[in-house]
Amino acid sequence: MAQAAETATANKQRRPQPAEAKAPAMTPEQLLRAYRDMLLIRRFEEKAGQLYGMGLIGGFCHLYIGQEAIVVGMQACLEPGDQVITSYRDHGHMLATGMEARGVMAELTGRSGGYSKGKGGSMHMFSREKGFFGGHGIVGAQVALGTGLAFANWYREGRNVSLTYFGEGASNQGQVFESFNLAALMKLPCIYIIENNKYAMGTSLERGSASRDLSKNGAAWGIPGEQVDGMDVTAVKEAGQRAAAHCRDGNGPYLLEMKTYRYRGHSMSDPAKYRKREEVQQMRDQSDPIEKCKKMLLDGGTGEAEIKKIDDEIKAIVQDAADFAQSSPEPDEKELWTDVLIEEGAR
Amino acid sequence: MGTQILMPALSPTMTEGKLARWLKNEGDDVRAGDVIAEIETDKATMEVEAVDEGKITKIIVPEGTEGVSVNSPIAELNGGGGEAAAPQAPGQTTNMPQQPAPPAAAQPGQVGEVAKQAEDYGAVAARGAERQEGAAKTGAAERIIEPEKDWGPTKAITVREALREAMAVEMRADKDVFLMGEEVAQYQGAYKISQGLLDEFGPRRVIDTPITEHGFTGMAVGAAMTGLKPIVEFMTFNFAMQAIDHIINSAAKTLYMSGGQLGCPIVFRGPNGAAARVAAQHSQEYSSWYAHVPGLKVVAPWSSADAKGLLRAAIRDPNPVIVLENEILYGQSFECPTSEDFIVPIGKAKVERKGKDVTIVAFSISVTWAMQAAEELAKQGIEAEVINLRSIRPLDSETIAASVRKTNRVVTVEEGWPFAGIGAELGMQIVEAAFDYLDAPPVRVTGLDIPMPYAANLEKLALPSPAQIVDAVKRVTYK
Ligand SMILES: Cc1ncc(C[n+]2csc(CCOP(=O)(O)OP(=O)(O)O)c2C)c(N)n1
Ligand SMILES: [Mg+2]
Repeated sequence: MAQAAETATANKQRRPQPAEAKAPAMTPEQLLRAYRDMLLIRRFEEKAGQLYGMGLIGGFCHLYIGQEAIVVGMQACLEPGDQVITSYRDHGHMLATGMEARGVMAELTGRSGGYSKGKGGSMHMFSREKGFFGGHGIVGAQVALGTGLAFANWYREGRNVSLTYFGEGASNQGQVFESFNLAALMKLPCIYIIENNKYAMGTSLERGSASRDLSKNGAAWGIPGEQVDGMDVTAVKEAGQRAAAHCRDGNGPYLLEMKTYRYRGHSMSDPAKYRKREEVQQMRDQSDPIEKCKKMLLDGGTGEAEIKKIDDEIKAIVQDAADFAQSSPEPDEKELWTDVLIEEGAR
Repeated sequence: MGTQILMPALSPTMTEGKLARWLKNEGDDVRAGDVIAEIETDKATMEVEAVDEGKITKIIVPEGTEGVSVNSPIAELNGGGGEAAAPQAPGQTTNMPQQPAPPAAAQPGQVGEVAKQAEDYGAVAARGAERQEGAAKTGAAERIIEPEKDWGPTKAITVREALREAMAVEMRADKDVFLMGEEVAQYQGAYKISQGLLDEFGPRRVIDTPITEHGFTGMAVGAAMTGLKPIVEFMTFNFAMQAIDHIINSAAKTLYMSGGQLGCPIVFRGPNGAAARVAAQHSQEYSSWYAHVPGLKVVAPWSSADAKGLLRAAIRDPNPVIVLENEILYGQSFECPTSEDFIVPIGKAKVERKGKDVTIVAFSISVTWAMQAAEELAKQGIEAEVINLRSIRPLDSETIAASVRKTNRVVTVEEGWPFAGIGAELGMQIVEAAFDYLDAPPVRVTGLDIPMPYAANLEKLALPSPAQIVDAVKRVTYK
């Protein structure tokens, strides 16, 4: 399917196309870049899990392992000035927007070198420079906020879009539907991305929603939607481009349901009785987004050595981030009282 | 040039575990992310993942070994990739100075996703409990239970068990009582409060909801208007903010607006306040929010007896009752009467410790801190009387005033913010009721007036401590 030629029509539901029929969505260089970015997230998260195991990270720590293709594929559709917002499962999104691994890891350990000076932690980081608006702990809240980012784009009459990510569990929240209505009514450039990883803590999609096809959840408001193979970075990018074009052309919001899977527990020590180990293993063995990308690279003639070089580069970045996150000092006690309000003259 | 795989920790409190099973053998190739072994702790079984690729050259700790200490080598991995093997072993043994944990020189095994019996949120609570070190000691064991009424024999149970028993007993007694909320049924409760209730009462009475607080709270209030008696569990009270419109506009005001026709017999319960390291959006303390509202009752249990007795009273109450629990207290044990009829009346405070020199008024987890402070003060010759409010609205002003008339000095303690907090209300009520008896202005000890920071050092400073209570007592006693 020639992706660009397709004009999205309201109410038309798309289905993922068979892989053979697809024109390549990424050049070999882009694919290599995607491999690198996904691997960075994977290795970063593994390291975060390890530091949690060592007691260096506290509280809740939600890993993104398995879902990497989504943020990496979508990020490839962005233009300068576009915004990204998501939930607490946010490390991957931050790395994909180009935020520094060091600053993210140091926030996880609660150190002054972290993006929020250690005051936000795993769930709450932001970077205005990279267009990353958080990092939100209340399920569903970022959907209304992301709609507001899109509102600002509309208000300023620019071309920018807001990428608003949320889980399939969050997709049931009332404010999500209120946001859909607002965005459709006002034709706001918002790409709603449901990361359907099948579970909301221990609740499977089937037990949490009567909707069987979440890409249709905006249909009542005429929001076009697609189901996308979220384990295939090229499919994500292709769909993302359609969605972005739709939004940038002033047609209002677009909905992408990314079919994906989280390999790890909801947060670090999830009893995980709600699913079978075989289910997880099968996803890892058969649908891993990074392995899939690697295979595409090898099939396309990229040499093992080149891939190995990337692997080593990523390892070094992650190790450097982990070292930094442990050597950066704890925040100064004075930081307790800063940033509560903007004080007169402090601007 | 091989790297070592180390025994991982499930939490900072874990010091050793059992190496239950090797899933790989010597000579096997592994890739990063492969599950290589299973380890067991008292709480959980978890998988160890390789963080690196290579060949397992040696298994140092055979399967079945118990008491393997955290961070000791359990196997050796030969970095597979030839020339690149050296950078692969991130061997900066030396440059991590002030770290409590050992250096990341060798690759510790990865904490896997399947921690079978661990309680997800429970693990976090355990850390919190650890932070309150000694809390249970002073709180549970030595405390003399003196219920106003003598309920006869007692037994040590956890606050978690007390809450569960309260619901089970009331559900057995009244088929109109049901429980709903996120993960309360099949998952057995995010904090395991509702464990076993689905089995006993079935899916019509123990109901899993989607993450839709505003909707399901409204639904429960609607059901209560017909006379059903819902117990709504909020995974934490932080998420009740999604639903607060229904709690206040629909549940609290309807009786009044209907001229007494439509009551709302409903309980809203769940953990309130800070757990440990879960940052600003997951650590808020809501007593003063709900206590502000006419048409609501608000209780905040501390001990297991409080929890059981107050929750039973809340379920039977024909009004909307907010039950503010505390996650860190869930796992702590206290003596609790075993009598079938045991109940704690709403609106009655309890003197947990008698004293003549100063009154300390506390509720929920701040009672733990107050008891610790009283202990310390006793060593210094100051006899503090500790009042556990138990109910915040209605407030037992009489018990407080009687105590202040005796001691002439008062310190209030709460985890929440100071501005318009419970301490502000207590201070004013004391001034109204016992001004002439006061020998010093009341002093409040509160959480800092800031959103909760994540960093370990800052979080500790943001919460009240027994030491601060001791200081406050010295201020009002001019010591
Ligand atoms: C309003 C609210 N309710 C409940 C929670 C507790 N909670 C945190 S994550 C989560 C599950 C969300 O699942 P989903 O939206 O599918 O995202 P995923 O974790 O799978 O990425 C729940 C119930 C919360 N943080 N906020
Ligand atoms: Mg999910």
